[in-house]
Amino acid sequence: MSGAPLTVRRPRPPRQPMPHQAAAARVTNFCEVALGLTPELAQAEAERCLLCRKPLCVEGCPVGIDIPGFIARMVKGDFEGAARTLREATDLPAVCGRVCPQETQCEKVCVVGRKGEPVAIGRLERFVGDWARTESSAPPPSLPMTRPERVAIVGSGPAGIAAAGELLRRGYRVTIFEALHEPGGVLMYGIPEFRLPKEIVRYEIQQLRRLGAEIRTNALVGQTVTVEELLGEGFGAVFLGTGAGLPILLGVPGEHLNGVYSANEFLIRINLMKAHDFPRHHTPVFVGRRVVVVGGGNTAMDAARVARRLGPEKVCVVYRRSRAEMPARAEEIAHGLEEGIEFFLLTAPVKLLDRGDGWVRGMECVRMELGEPDASGRRRPHPIAGSHFVLDAETVIVALGNNPNRIVPETTAGLDVTPRGTIEVDVDGATTKLGVFAGGDNVTGGATVILAMGAGKRAAAAMDEYLRGQRDGRAVAKATRVGIEEN
Amino acid sequence: MHRIIFKESLAPGVTRYRVRAPDVARRRKPGQFVLLRLREEGERFPLTIVDSDSEEGSITLIVQEVGVSSALMARLNPGDAILDLLGPLGRPTEIRRHGDCVCVGGGIGVAPLYPIAAALTAAGNRVTGILGAREQRLLILEEEMRRVCADLHIATDDGSSGTRGLVSDLLRDRLRQDDRYAFAAVIGPVPMMKAVCAVTKEAGIPTIVSLNPIMVDGTGMCGGCRVSVGGETRFACVDGPEFDGHRVDFDRLALRLKGYHHLRECALQALGPREAKAPQ
Ligand SMILES: Cc1cc2nc3c(=O)[nH]c(=O)nc-3n(C[C@H](O)[C@H](O)[C@H](O)COP(=O)(O)OP(=O)(O)OC[C@H]3O[C@@H](n4cnc5c(N)ncnc54)[C@H](O)[C@@H]3O)c2cc1C
Ligand code: SF4
Ligand code: FES
Repeated sequence: MSGAPLTVRRPRPPRQPMPHQAAAARVTNFCEVALGLTPELAQAEAERCLLCRKPLCVEGCPVGIDIPGFIARMVKGDFEGAARTLREATDLPAVCGRVCPQETQCEKVCVVGRKGEPVAIGRLERFVGDWARTESSAPPPSLPMTRPERVAIVGSGPAGIAAAGELLRRGYRVTIFEALHEPGGVLMYGIPEFRLPKEIVRYEIQQLRRLGAEIRTNALVGQTVTVEELLGEGFGAVFLGTGAGLPILLGVPGEHLNGVYSANEFLIRINLMKAHDFPRHHTPVFVGRRVVVVGGGNTAMDAARVARRLGPEKVCVVYRRSRAEMPARAEEIAHGLEEGIEFFLLTAPVKLLDRGDGWVRGMECVRMELGEPDASGRRRPHPIAGSHFVLDAETVIVALGNNPNRIVPETTAGLDVTPRGTIEVDVDGATTKLGVFAGGDNVTGGATVILAMGAGKRAAAAMDEYLRGQRDGRAVAKATRVGIEEN
Repeated sequence: MHRIIFKESLAPGVTRYRVRAPDVARRRKPGQFVLLRLREEGERFPLTIVDSDSEEGSITLIVQEVGVSSALMARLNPGDAILDLLGPLGRPTEIRRHGDCVCVGGGIGVAPLYPIAAALTAAGNRVTGILGAREQRLLILEEEMRRVCADLHIATDDGSSGTRGLVSDLLRDRLRQDDRYAFAAVIGPVPMMKAVCAVTKEAGIPTIVSLNPIMVDGTGMCGGCRVSVGGETRFACVDGPEFDGHRVDFDRLALRLKGYHHLRECALQALGPREAKAPQ
């Protein structure tokens, strides 16, 4: 049975437009592209919601946010209450509202979307998240530390943030270990400013500190301290939210040439190290006249759109399947197109060409056609004989995804990994090592912010049960995984 | 906070520091490095841990002024703090009992070589040191190396110390004079490592080199530190920094090290006059 009330006859008003920076202006800056709804637009959009009694959108949300619940409060103008409802299920509404692939989650199944456009759940979530950050007068909750145990969180990406928040709420003393000098994980070093302002991430990290979390940066667990040592030094349980590791490279000749970056390196140089502000910031980055990005995921779109803002004549994205198979969010592809990024679909790199002095000058490509579906259910691309051509490029950015981070598994006896290198866990996130739990990209492979957060939160609940002696501190049965391939 | 405890000039443009970092000092093993960031606008850059003193809680770093970060480092004085320090990173040198070993260092490469030579001697090996520099004034850690090596030979380009010529030629001479080595550690500028590895390969001496590609995170995420070893792509920050010297593609490494040379002057100029002090 569908969740829609049967009485709806009148046509719904159309979706409220999201104010955007114009494409011509935004390619010259790193400011946010989507500007956010005004309170009036937000309330009007909220009124489009049917407030279904059996809401399908909630089932579509990986963390089960009470969507009609928070929207109902928005309709009444109670943004404070809406924020409270959101916080029950997510620690990062301002982040998720911006970066979740709503079109494949909550908004995909929204009843209003059957005729016309679904309720803009993500935009509403973003509005409330932003409102809570900038307008709310509610004092931050004070959380008494009721539990004697200390817990360690390794990695401060969405998985680590969610786990830390949940454990703080459950009364534990939480210490977060982060390898980089700045916490936030991909939210900080991967997703660019124009899609997720870093001010928001810093604010959320600051909130965790206010709730009592201690954050130790420049701490690479496995190298500067081992998991074993953490367990020995009085941490009752450890959560691993270490995310992605080394990039998957093209595997074609010429990968070592100067001017060839992994998307991770390119994005870290810019988002974390501010290389676009060289020489005021000291980290350099090289963007030539023509940039070619290889891949079809969010990372590829981000790399291309960041490159676009650094002034080259041309930015192309090369992807070996067709548009339908691109894992990037539809909105991001559309934004890329508006910003003048060219797409070479059904095209694969064959080799990178040397200018003669160790710098890349172009990429030889081959056209592809789609054949039978492969293991991922997507049609497998095959090269078309004799269709080779050369794309000129002084900068090539490879965005084919990453392998899971291997430093912790390599230095922790008894922590099992799958053949792909991801950490073995049960449905609650317990690993094969006593007292150690895990979640996020290090378990699923490259996935999403919201899935990582959900995993962090679930694992935190399991850690609580374990520390109270109510469950095993080890994996009981293996879980199934949801990875999203980038290539 | 990682305060600089001590600073001393070793040669023109080469400075030795002791920095407070008790956790690193306690943990570090020969062959490992730290990653630093000196100020908010600064790069993340690696430096080998030359020595450590767990009582003082300090590590010794040696820096040669080449680019913007080393220039900035040169402006720091005792009492100043280093903003970010991450380490120890990388895999430690595998120290085993080989018998007779040779440690060949060129220029600033003697700094990372010293802890390896010391550890090899401590493990009961007989270590021959061969050091090279353009000229005598640029030779560093001669005394320290003399202390940990059974014998020490020096080559300079201009003959101002030891024999005139290259360390690779000096090593070849030693081998002709019937010196036999079961193991070699070679660290220095890329052309020097390449030339010395050619000699040790011919003589069938297993050889390790320590590579210094450009790094960003130093934690195995960005892939920027990739090097080609035996035709395979490896990552210096997590798989290295030491590799089999006979399998490293030095020409590729040399090209990749030049990746940002064209921007160096610009960065140095933007740094402004020397008086500018890093924040405390
Ligand atoms: C460019 C890019 C764009 C993306 N866009 C989107 C999007 O639009 N929407 C979406 O939902 N998802 C997106 N994703 C995916 C999403 O960011 C990830 O799925 C999510 O961040 C995973 O969270 P995590 O906490 O598991 O890991 P991460 O965010 O990777 O965090 C891991 C953290 O752990 C630290 N760490 C690793 N090892 C150690 C160690 N040994 N000791 C201490 N610290 C360690 C790392 O430094 C890092 O800070 C994108 C990813 C990228 C790269
Ligand atoms: S968290 Fe993501 S999936 Fe859930 S309601 Fe918000 S936008 Fe939709
Ligand atoms: S420096 Fe980034 S992976 Fe080694």
